[in-house]
Amino acid sequence: MALLELRGIKKSYKSPDGQIQEILDVPAFDVEAASEVAIAGTSGCGKTTFLNIIAGLLTPDAGQVRFEGQVVSDLGEAKRDAWRAKNLGYVFQTFQLLGGYTALENVLLGMTFGPGADRDFAAALLTQLGLGDRLRHRPSQMSIGQQQRVALARALANRPKIVLADEPTGNLDPRFALEALEMLRGLCREHGAALVCVSHDPRVLEAFDKSLDFRDLNLAMAREVPS
Amino acid sequence: MIVARSLRQHAVSTLITVVAAGLASGLVMSVFTVSEQSKVAFTGGDIGYDAVLGAKGSPLQLVLNTVYHLETSPGNIPWAVYEETKARPDVRYAIPYAVGDNLRGYRIVGTTSEIFDVFEYQRGKGFDFDRGRAFSDDRMEAVLGAKAAKDLGLDIGSEFRPSHGVRFQPGTEHAEVYVVTGVLEATNTPADQVVWIPIEGIYRMEGHKVAEGKETVERGAKLIPDEWKEVSAVMIKYHSIAAGMFHKNDVDSGKLYTLAWPIADVMGGFFNKMGWITQILLYVAYLVVVVAAFGLLASIYNTMNERRREFAILRALGARKSTVFSVIVLEAATIAFLGSLLGYAVYLGILSVATVVIRDQTGVVMEAFAYHPALLWTPVGMVVIGAFAGVFPAFKAYSTDVARTLA
Repeated sequence: MALLELRGIKKSYKSPDGQIQEILDVPAFDVEAASEVAIAGTSGCGKTTFLNIIAGLLTPDAGQVRFEGQVVSDLGEAKRDAWRAKNLGYVFQTFQLLGGYTALENVLLGMTFGPGADRDFAAALLTQLGLGDRLRHRPSQMSIGQQQRVALARALANRPKIVLADEPTGNLDPRFALEALEMLRGLCREHGAALVCVSHDPRVLEAFDKSLDFRDLNLAMAREVPS
Repeated sequence: MIVARSLRQHAVSTLITVVAAGLASGLVMSVFTVSEQSKVAFTGGDIGYDAVLGAKGSPLQLVLNTVYHLETSPGNIPWAVYEETKARPDVRYAIPYAVGDNLRGYRIVGTTSEIFDVFEYQRGKGFDFDRGRAFSDDRMEAVLGAKAAKDLGLDIGSEFRPSHGVRFQPGTEHAEVYVVTGVLEATNTPADQVVWIPIEGIYRMEGHKVAEGKETVERGAKLIPDEWKEVSAVMIKYHSIAAGMFHKNDVDSGKLYTLAWPIADVMGGFFNKMGWITQILLYVAYLVVVVAAFGLLASIYNTMNERRREFAILRALGARKSTVFSVIVLEAATIAFLGSLLGYAVYLGILSVATVVIRDQTGVVMEAFAYHPALLWTPVGMVVIGAFAGVFPAFKAYSTDVARTLA
């Protein structure tokens, strides 16, 4: 049994002109425990919606998301929140750090909703990522690369079983992009977390042994009429 | 942590809202306490005597004029009425007052030296001398209340000339010169603002009429006939409550005079009639609370747009909707709580000023910081109202579309 199983996932949105637009039609997608999956996809192809459905931030119109055999997509919102806090780390393209909090507090805040704040572990994680002298710095007092590392630490702080990374290097200088990616992969390996990394950056995709094309996963894209 | 950080992040709007909540809370507590304490002070639960006998008219005016030394006298009654009252077997003591003069705005009351012996301004409390002695009934001597002595700068041996009327007007001084023989200890009552002189002195004062149609008694006359004399009022202490009732029946049946009895009821009736003022003040105070609550709501609501991303991130990290909702409600309640703490400072400030103003204007000393239930339920109510004010913005945070906000 795979760690994560998606079956028959469909998602549509109503466009501003009132038409129903199918975004996702993913018949099947599996992720094994402690594995790495890279997915290639262009902007606006529904990758983020796909990740949000896995994370339980969105519910599919049809289909199921199973995690360790449990159907999480059918859970109520509060239970999905609790499941997410316990099992899933999320790295956003724009990091989504909280500006009013220090690096350490940003990591601790993520832990608050999961197993509970562990100051020592959070500090150790940040130190491991080279931010030992930046614990009390706010995001605005750090470089983009340092902010990215705080986001990585926050995603791993709850010792999740799976980490979703949405264009994790999209905002980084190309020189640091691969370095950040290696940090993310290294942390996931170290903590035994599966990694699902979505990107349109060829250098990122090349870093993985193999990558999937989102068009092959998402039949809705195949049905789109090229403009 | 989230609440504390948010309050710090929006320090200016938090501070303004806390101040508004503090003013509202302090105002409500002050209105309740001042109205309650002034009622207690003015209804005279502790007044040592039972009744005031005076000219036909308003019992309230009579009480205000004699007990609180406010207003003008409703008129005079013959000396004989005072004598008859004093002679009643059910009367423990009867003290005459003759008013109508002042010393630089401080009221002069003509009375007998008996007031320093038997009279009780409060139950069980008679006048005590801080220094000096009582006046002699047949001399131009005076005894000053503590505040009058202090404010007028007079002491034993000081001399003064009374002025005509209850309000001071330059050029209205009488020719007679009085000498201060004693200063009373402070009583924390309107009596502290009184200048006491012998009632005979009032009759002998130049320009005073001692009875209808008769001008000033010739100076140096040894005796003024009783039928020429009048008093403004008589302070009465009975042997029993029933005695007051009988006396009132007698006075009311005669229809010539007014007996204000019991004094507390007269003032109580006054406060009941004036209760609408307190009600209006309370409505205003409640309105201020509502305005503060709306201010609180607006203050938090205005931060919602900038904080929507924050809530979406928290949700993405696993925070429940209910957690986000609670954070906002708790934040509003915290602001209201801080406002309530400030409200106590506002309350102390208002009461300190109100106490001084009321004491200076009336001589009545309120027990400003006595316990009133409003001191408990106002802050609690403020926190509850604050929490309610947070519900609307909290609902907005609750319904944040996480995926769309983070996209």
